[in-house]
Amino acid sequence: MSRQVSMTINGKKEVFSIGHSGARWEIPDEETLSLTLRERLNLTGTKEACGQGACGCCTVLMNNRAVPSCQILTADCDGADIVTIEGLQDPDTGELDPIQKLFIEKYAFQCGFCTPGIIMALKGLFIKNPTPSRAEVAEALSGNQCRCISQYHVLDAADALAELNAAATNA
Amino acid sequence: MSYTSKFTRISPKKQYRHIGEDRQRFDASDIVTGKAMFLNDFKMDDLLYAKALRSPHAHARIVKIDISKAEAFPGVHRVLYYGNIPEACKGWGLSTPPAVPILRDKAAYVGDAVALVAAETEQIAEEACDLIEIEYEVLPAVFSTVEAVKPDAPRVHDAFESNILPNVPFMTEHMMDHLVRGDVEKAFAECDHVVEGEGEYNSLGSPMAMEAPGVIMKLEQGRLKAWATTQVAMLYGPSTGVRMQGFPVDTTAFNIGGGFGNKASMQTTTMYTALLAMSTHRPVKMNLTKTEQLLVHDERIGMYMKGKVGIKDGLIHAVKGICYLDCGAYNDCGQWQMGVGLGETQVALGKCQNWDIEGKLVMTNHVQTGAVRGFGGQEIKAVLMPLVMRAVTDMGVDPVEFCARNFAQQGDGWYWRSDYKWYNCREQDYAPVMYKAAEAFGWKDKYKGWLKPTRVEGNKAVGVGVSVHGNADVGEDTAEAYVRFEASGLVYLHAGIAETGAGQRSNIRKYVAEVFDIPVEKVILAPLNSEANPFDAGPIGSRCTITLGTAVTRAAEDCRRQILDAAAKAFFCSPEDLFFKEGFVFYKSRPTQPHHIFEFSHFGSSYTGTGRWTSDYSKSNFNIYFSEVEVDLDTGATKLLKVLVGTDVGQVIDPLTLEMQIHGGFGAAAADSGLFEGNVLDTTTGHIMTGNMIDYKWRTFDDFPDIEAIVEETQPEISRFKATGFGEISGAPGPASMMMAISNAIGVDYCEYPASREGILKALGKL
Ligand code: FES
Ligand code: FES
Repeated sequence: MSRQVSMTINGKKEVFSIGHSGARWEIPDEETLSLTLRERLNLTGTKEACGQGACGCCTVLMNNRAVPSCQILTADCDGADIVTIEGLQDPDTGELDPIQKLFIEKYAFQCGFCTPGIIMALKGLFIKNPTPSRAEVAEALSGNQCRCISQYHVLDAADALAELNAAATNA
Repeated sequence: MSYTSKFTRISPKKQYRHIGEDRQRFDASDIVTGKAMFLNDFKMDDLLYAKALRSPHAHARIVKIDISKAEAFPGVHRVLYYGNIPEACKGWGLSTPPAVPILRDKAAYVGDAVALVAAETEQIAEEACDLIEIEYEVLPAVFSTVEAVKPDAPRVHDAFESNILPNVPFMTEHMMDHLVRGDVEKAFAECDHVVEGEGEYNSLGSPMAMEAPGVIMKLEQGRLKAWATTQVAMLYGPSTGVRMQGFPVDTTAFNIGGGFGNKASMQTTTMYTALLAMSTHRPVKMNLTKTEQLLVHDERIGMYMKGKVGIKDGLIHAVKGICYLDCGAYNDCGQWQMGVGLGETQVALGKCQNWDIEGKLVMTNHVQTGAVRGFGGQEIKAVLMPLVMRAVTDMGVDPVEFCARNFAQQGDGWYWRSDYKWYNCREQDYAPVMYKAAEAFGWKDKYKGWLKPTRVEGNKAVGVGVSVHGNADVGEDTAEAYVRFEASGLVYLHAGIAETGAGQRSNIRKYVAEVFDIPVEKVILAPLNSEANPFDAGPIGSRCTITLGTAVTRAAEDCRRQILDAAAKAFFCSPEDLFFKEGFVFYKSRPTQPHHIFEFSHFGSSYTGTGRWTSDYSKSNFNIYFSEVEVDLDTGATKLLKVLVGTDVGQVIDPLTLEMQIHGGFGAAAADSGLFEGNVLDTTTGHIMTGNMIDYKWRTFDDFPDIEAIVEETQPEISRFKATGFGEISGAPGPASMMMAISNAIGVDYCEYPASREGILKALGKL
């Protein structure tokens, strides 16, 4: 028996059939969200590096919380609001999210494989706390690995965003 | 915990339009929006997926194997084992020399592939592997080089007697395996002080790039086409071809999710994928999981050294030793690493005239080792420098003073890499930057003398350490480039360079933009494949700044010369009367009136210049690495408090890139192999115990020290823009520097990679 789950992905409603009948468009129960995003929806900005919940590369927002999509089953996402790295840029104007702009300005990446996951983790943090301290940012990213070592510049970018947010609140 | 980075250019010169200035990466917006393409983002129809059945034994003979159930499993296209290798591939081999058949009736390490499956999905391939019935006869195994060279040691491969590899030519070069200079015995007799010791730097560190290694291979018109995560797209075909009896391979690469030298030939993954592509006539992809990357992909080569160092008048006067390089079950480029490593010892100890160090490549029954940043030099120095520093400090010489007096300067020289060729060191004197870096670090205050802590608070002792590194591979191997100027005003650069994260593909455009005096955005890089680009050995070592930088500069100058020649001919003047800027030709006498290419060329015309660099090993780059380490005297736990890196890069190409290259010294089993990084091998079973990202230790985001960089730019005449290159060595002297810091903190001479709580407590006499 297949059942349907529906969710919003980057503002667009998606409905999937879940089951094991072997039908071509059906999603098996055990399919991870990262796989659905990457292989079925071609949202390849979400990277998968470890598949073990240990590196943060696959981080997306689920109901405004940063989660590792390799540890989440698509079948469990019924009713969820998912945002991936592709969902941050304004689809009409192409304008980047402030955190994306600051990543460019501060050169907060090297190879960039970890970058989408780090940006989404920061997005989740800033939703909860618009003015985190440098130490709070480092703590919040402790589940994100960057092997090239962009950490120092990532913290600079996050600091800059916290400052912008603080200035906006005070204005 | 919060931490910061400080980056100081001591004497920046504003002399260029782009070089030395920050320029945004052209792929910056693609990276932050997730559009940048990596191998796994590339889709291909008709693809089959490959998996290997891997041996659970470190050394075993296959007594029985039955692949029939796997072959019959729906969705399986091919199951290969030693008994059904396609005729065309029977001569293919692993290792260097490639004398080990690609699949055999034997397994040489835990994880060695004994059968290969290509199937419709990865899952099917995995399930088919489980259906292969196999019976092993377990054989005795050997895991340490010292044991492996003993006469009665188990033989890892029948092809290599006594487990020592013959020093066959690597590609076309005969690599140095015995460094002999002067008369060591006589020199030791002249020394004020001599120390002897042995040590090992061999923790099977995995660079563990975020993107795991992956390869797609497809047989097309009598050659293999590869789409691979290789950082050396132009070298991948030739180096792989050697193992395939010269079979041609063309290569395409995308953005590389971290390379660290560790995604070059990707020996086993490449060969297995190629074998399946040859036998299925379908494109086949093998993509390693993170666990496979940690367990069966090339690890850092191990180094054991037993040596003797003599010092006279504050200078190293004689070095003697024997080194065993631990290749594991398959050697990739050990000969090359040995040649480079032996070369590098003569850079840091540049005043020493008496040498006798012999290197041997030894096979053992663990996963193969291969190319990793540091490439022989970091490994030998991690063992040799602590020995040297013991001699130095016994004599009461300040370690910084020693480094400044002993590092090679103009007038010194070295045998480098291959064919016993001598290079006179030119245009370098790194002593001034060493003193400046020491001052910035506060060395004079912090260093209280050998085996003396900087401070002790309760059970926490803090010590400081220093080490140096320099590598003449900055001028390594051939680089070629084409530069094509089009009537559109755009300049197309054909240079076979991968983007591994250091901004190479963006920064290389600066050289061209500088020559043409145009914005960098006007320089378009041809896609990275071996069909569209000439040879370049790729971003390995720290070579691209000089080598490809020079090739590209020469190509741009050649192209610009042709444009000016053509204009001069049409305008009946001399090329000397003209100059080029912003895509137009100008008379020097009328610098405000531009002349478009159409004024002297047909609209279909373009101009192509070529440029080449050939090897030159006469100059090294430089890194002095200071570390401050806190040791818990009760538990033996260590913590890195502060790092300062000092360097003279000749000329900075891109400041922010250089700053991040310096940060990058922590990752990739470089500096952090001093305090905690490495795989843990169970030497009773041969299993690696650290095959996931929890057990394999890496530095987490909230656990970095403050870092400071002091960068000098002394403008040597090594290349047009006087830049030397740095990237590879940013963490190389870290491990040795940290061993000195721990020794000073605890007051006992200590050297063990990576440092362990047990080891430190033992050294303290508490265990
Ligand atoms: S890929 Fe999901 S946490 Fe690593
Ligand atoms: S930028 Fe390469 S892993 Fe983070």
